[in-house]
Amino acid sequence: MSDANDPMAEIRASFFIECEELLEALQDGLQLLYDGADDTETINVVFRAVHSIKGGAGAFGLEALVRFAHRFETVLDEIRSERMSAGADALKVFFQCADHLSDLVRISRDAGDLPDEKTAELLGELDKLLGEEGASAHDEPEPEEDIEFQPAILSLDLDLGGEDDTPELAIADLPDLPPIASTNRFRILFRPANELFETGNEPFHMLRALDELGECDVICQLERLPDFADLNPEHSFLSWTIELSTEADAAEIEAAFEFVEGLCTLEVEAIRQPEEISAELSQEMPETGIEVVQSTQEVPLPDAATNVQEARPGVPRNEQPATETLPEPEPDAPAAEVPATKTPEQKPPAKTNAPAAAKSVVRVDLDRIERLVNLVGELVINQAMLSQSLESSGLSPHSDAMNGLEEFQRLTRDIQDSVMMIRAQPVKSLFQRMSRIVRESSSMVDKDVRLHTEGENTEVDKTVIERLADPLTHMIRNAVDHGLETTEKRLAAGKPRQGRVNLTAAHRSGRVVIDVSDDGGGINREKVLQIAIDKGLVPADVSFSDTEIDNLLFLPGFSTASVVSDLSGRGVGMDVVRTAIQALGGRITISSVPGVGTTFSISLPLTLAVLDGMVVQVADETLVLPLNVVIETLTLGKGDVEMVRPGAHVVRVRSGFVPLFDLGEELGYRSPISEYEGSVVLLIAHEDGSHAALIIDSILDQRQVVIKGLDDSFFRAPGIAAATILGDGQIALILDTSDIISNAIGATGTGASPSLTGIPA
Amino acid sequence: MTLEILAVDDSRTMRDMIRLALLPAGFNVHTADDGVHGIEVLSGITPDAIITDINMPRMDGFGFIDAVRGQEEHRATPILVLTTEAAPELKARARHAGATGWIVKPFDPSKLIKALQMVAG
Repeated sequence: MSDANDPMAEIRASFFIECEELLEALQDGLQLLYDGADDTETINVVFRAVHSIKGGAGAFGLEALVRFAHRFETVLDEIRSERMSAGADALKVFFQCADHLSDLVRISRDAGDLPDEKTAELLGELDKLLGEEGASAHDEPEPEEDIEFQPAILSLDLDLGGEDDTPELAIADLPDLPPIASTNRFRILFRPANELFETGNEPFHMLRALDELGECDVICQLERLPDFADLNPEHSFLSWTIELSTEADAAEIEAAFEFVEGLCTLEVEAIRQPEEISAELSQEMPETGIEVVQSTQEVPLPDAATNVQEARPGVPRNEQPATETLPEPEPDAPAAEVPATKTPEQKPPAKTNAPAAAKSVVRVDLDRIERLVNLVGELVINQAMLSQSLESSGLSPHSDAMNGLEEFQRLTRDIQDSVMMIRAQPVKSLFQRMSRIVRESSSMVDKDVRLHTEGENTEVDKTVIERLADPLTHMIRNAVDHGLETTEKRLAAGKPRQGRVNLTAAHRSGRVVIDVSDDGGGINREKVLQIAIDKGLVPADVSFSDTEIDNLLFLPGFSTASVVSDLSGRGVGMDVVRTAIQALGGRITISSVPGVGTTFSISLPLTLAVLDGMVVQVADETLVLPLNVVIETLTLGKGDVEMVRPGAHVVRVRSGFVPLFDLGEELGYRSPISEYEGSVVLLIAHEDGSHAALIIDSILDQRQVVIKGLDDSFFRAPGIAAATILGDGQIALILDTSDIISNAIGATGTGASPSLTGIPA
Repeated sequence: MTLEILAVDDSRTMRDMIRLALLPAGFNVHTADDGVHGIEVLSGITPDAIITDINMPRMDGFGFIDAVRGQEEHRATPILVLTTEAAPELKARARHAGATGWIVKPFDPSKLIKALQMVAG
């Protein structure tokens, strides 16, 4: 498997990738069925997904996977053939089976320990669906034969006694085999039925297969040939008697006729004394090869009888080994010369079910992409350096060099976007994992919960997706366990019995926003505050706004669960979730309405590598702000700023007020400025829609910057998201404005109350 | 003589496996990912034998065999059904549609080659 040049290993690897796609299709299909679709195509998609996994698994000898998939498929087949309906109970089992199947696939891939107990349990569930008789009827998958030549073959015209005819029996029936080193002699009568030709079978190939088994004497019998006028070229009138001396047994002879079983009369008879029979046969038989003796009259064979014609060997009869004179099996034009106007790779007709499968995909080592991303990062920095030096050289903006530079910048950006797209993946797989989490956690706490997802095709950087899995899992569990009320409470509150968890993803102004919401009871703020006070996390005598109370959930050590259930109490709190999100350069916010529900909103950068930034100067420091948070720049005029209380100022923006912060002061670069008039201010938008104004000294530039993470080397400094290298080689910090402002609010108590934050249009 | 084979299977893994089994044996392998695609590919080639899966989107194996047999030049082209099912009724159905023979998955490369040679020379 490690050998990259081993084609089997490659196919195996691609099988597991295909499995992921199939599992995804399976989940989608089941979800559709669950949502009420009962069209045959959806059921077929579900069936095929399991069926294909089974097929591939068989090829790689993944027994456990085959066995489970087989039983699963058997039940799905019942539904497909409408012998059973896909009711809610059945679907519940199917979802579990799909989950388990995906576990088995991963375990098979990673050669881990198989969860036999779980497998047995689910197999039991499937059997229950099938009903008692079904359970026994579909016990095990059919034995894994290669080409299934052996069983049920001798049910032909053989008369070897009983329906239990097996090749072994046939051999056992042979008394006293001649002592000549296990050479058997058989007499075979073969008479094709008309239907044999309709299935594209060809007697010649069977005769040849017999010839390959040993020494073969063939007599073609023509007595059933009608008069020429009555001859139907599509019908079969010939039959053959073959005497075969071979080391093979009856089973191997039968194998040659496997495909025409039931389409011919076939008699295989062991001959005790070869000499007797051979004496009766014509003497001029060659040593090897098929010899065909045309018996009585010479009948011109019809030209149109394609199959019969080919089956008419030995036109110059008896003279030489018939094999050499036989017509080529395929008289058509040599296939190799037919222009392959349509190769399979050429077509991508819109596939209805698996759009992903129609795309051609290249598998690339992640390291190579990382390297490319890094190189592009260097390119962006280099481009910035070049721009800067050209600008400082005093060239005219209309000079060729400056025009070329502009083009260079555009190309750099295109390259960078393309490279980032390589790493982008839809969040679908992540969301599907979450639907499993909902199923598992809801059954654990015995709530009826349904997950609704939206925006599954939103693409996010692969790394982001991977690192989101844990935080999202935790939040989904929280929503099910804490967010949603018990069924009784829901019914009492006049809500539908079934709780609802929504998981949505969307691109919003250059970021990805993922929302996890529930229609539960909302945050019990009194309780939250009380717990925080009891735990000594906050002083008891301070009054908090609703938003501030909600944010207490993120405090380390906080837990609302009064009773530690199976789900909660894992020692992981929302603080860990927030840390994980922040590590991705993201933010998480809460909004909650009592009795209606709670929404957690995660906002993430699209990629971890590059950012459109506004480069500003504050107290001789160069800083970068993400461009997408800046909605407006202002120069303060006289009377624009008002003090609401000491140390807390607001700025008038059109007809409203926005809290004002001095960036230099907040970062500790200098003491607060006293004269606001003439100051440059950036109007910043928060994720939650509120606004704030930041005083800076001057705006230097707007440009793309390459994000260089600090987390690996340094502790996380509040307000600082990362760092970057500017065109002149200088290092600048990239700010997390939301963090800065919430710190500032925490420090000064300047409440970002709704009356102040609403920005007038 | 190089035999031209058309393999129709919706599973990429299976297509790869068939190709891997047949290429070293000197076969020329064309592939298609379902019945509809198979018919499209067939319009550009004249295969010596066709291998087809049964469970496929858009057009399944039975429909595909039926469509192939409906074309005058392919009335006698050997068609092997590649199936995980060895159930007699499935064989009967395949045969009724006009299949020449069948191969049960998972297949052994040498047996696949043998089966192809048996129906197509």
